Amino acid sequence: MIQATELTKRYGTRLAVDHADFTVAPGKVTGFLGPNGAGKSTTMRMILGLDRPTSGSVTINGVPYHRLAAPLREVGALLDAKAVHGGRSAYNHLLVLAKANGLPRSRVDAVIDLVGLHSVAGKRSGGFSLGMGQRLGIAAALLGDPGIVMFDEPVNGLDPEGILWIRNLMKALAAEGRTVFVSSHLMSEMALTADHLVVIGLGRILADEPMAEFIAKNSVSYVRVRSPQPAELAPKLALRGWRVERQPDESLHVYDTQPAQIGDVAGAEGLWLHELTLVQSSLEEAFMRLTAGSVEYHAGQSDDQGSPDGPAVAGWGTPLESQAPQAPQVEERIQ
Amino acid sequence: MSTVTDKVPVFAGLAPLPEAKGRAGFGGALRSEWTKIRSVKSTLWTLAAAIVIGVGISALGNWGQSSHTTETAVELAHKDLVQRTMFGIILGQLVMVVFGALAVTAEYSTGMIRTSLSAQPRRLNVFFAKLVIVTLVAFVVGEIISFASFFIGAHFWATKGVTLTLSTHGALQAVIGGGLYLVGAALLAFGIGAALRHTAGAITLGVALLFVINIITNFMPTSWQNDIDKWLPYNAGSQVWATQHVADVGTSFSAWSGFGVYMGYAVIALILGLWVFERRDA
Repeated sequence: MIQATELTKRYGTRLAVDHADFTVAPGKVTGFLGPNGAGKSTTMRMILGLDRPTSGSVTINGVPYHRLAAPLREVGALLDAKAVHGGRSAYNHLLVLAKANGLPRSRVDAVIDLVGLHSVAGKRSGGFSLGMGQRLGIAAALLGDPGIVMFDEPVNGLDPEGILWIRNLMKALAAEGRTVFVSSHLMSEMALTADHLVVIGLGRILADEPMAEFIAKNSVSYVRVRSPQPAELAPKLALRGWRVERQPDESLHVYDTQPAQIGDVAGAEGLWLHELTLVQSSLEEAFMRLTAGSVEYHAGQSDDQGSPDGPAVAGWGTPLESQAPQAPQVEERIQ
Repeated sequence: MSTVTDKVPVFAGLAPLPEAKGRAGFGGALRSEWTKIRSVKSTLWTLAAAIVIGVGISALGNWGQSSHTTETAVELAHKDLVQRTMFGIILGQLVMVVFGALAVTAEYSTGMIRTSLSAQPRRLNVFFAKLVIVTLVAFVVGEIISFASFFIGAHFWATKGVTLTLSTHGALQAVIGGGLYLVGAALLAFGIGAALRHTAGAITLGVALLFVINIITNFMPTSWQNDIDKWLPYNAGSQVWATQHVADVGTSFSAWSGFGVYMGYAVIALILGLWVFERRDA
């Protein structure tokens, strides 16, 4: 269990992490999602005590990281696969870490076998490919049989085989009851692995909810209708109980229904249709909208904040509404 | 440099570890730091280079001086030949600076520091464990350089009829002192390295303090030199490997007070380094 309370990190005038509150629970994969520079790595470094929070705190099973008796036995982290001395062999790198925590030498052999590096264990890690470096990092993370594992962008730059391996590894670790906390800037990656989602944008926690909930809330669809007679068509559709939003470009966004039903209404009323499109927004777009909102919020451009009839935002659940971006911009992204 | 590939295994679960015993403490940090030092070739090469350069320059210098001197054995006996046998320390100290600086700056340049501090987040343990290991290794290497230089030099001077042994007046202390002086050079660089976290910067500053500064003061007015000279790190520290303590200009410190001043500089650097190491984000 990782618990952050009002966790804040300030670099000069820039808030890298801004009063972050979140909990990472055991037995599932928790995705830590945010665009580059959102504060993911800084947060993870603070969890490990590498960076000192400006204010607030973060604890591991209730204890600050630097007070853990044998940290590697409780938290295994892969923040940067290149954080090794390239002149040291993979075996010796792991041995250095094992000695620091009083772990038996046999454990080094065990994790080397686990990640499949036994044939190159004696070679300088500086000559390793990216994928092998990543596996060495994972071996180091698993060295102490930790209850919590933390990976920062683990699939970055890996080939498909490596990506698949890491996904399966994370799921297996969570299935064993461990706490798995993994960061990514790719929603698509998180959708495949994470059970729970913590979204961060410009240092602020924008969402902290189960993946299923996030999907339900965010994967909305609507029908885009273009008609030469929007003013006549809109009330007819609204009469059926569907939510209709008129766009600045005179098109209509109709929610809670299917294109065929709209076509039937238009036909029955004798109205012309020029376009009838089902628009499905992906999770990636939902994520971009969420974080784009935080960008605009912080850039101080949301003078018309609230914009209650921001069409694309209205149905997106409460956390989003407060950061409603301007409608036309969002519309661009959805198409 | 070779890039190697290997079959990706299927994750088959982990065998659980037996219950943890004890905590990650200073003992573990010491064993970890010792493993670090001995498992990187560049460190071993640096130490080998220190010995080759230190002893080699001593041997070369004493061979040249002893074979070209026109002085008689009686005249030579009044010179500080013991210190002269360890002439190579002047260059050996520069390699020790590299060793001391790299011991800490390599952690930052490679990024290893983040891994090290994740395994041992109590930074004082890491700093002092590293310090102890660097001190011990520098001591062994330093004494090898000073003793080997002395015996080789004594061999050359014996051909001129001057007998140098460890029981010669002050010789044993000076030869041990030669090794201690080299430990000081490594520790000064270690402190600077921890403060700057930058290999080139730390080595440059270390070399400047031990070597370049002496050249610069040579260009100063004599009256300034008299005041400054004995306080320079090299001039103060080198008293401990001398058997005569009259400096070229002004007065000099005695062996141990000079060494104390010299180690004072190292301690200042170490305190600065410790402060940065403990306080600043890794």
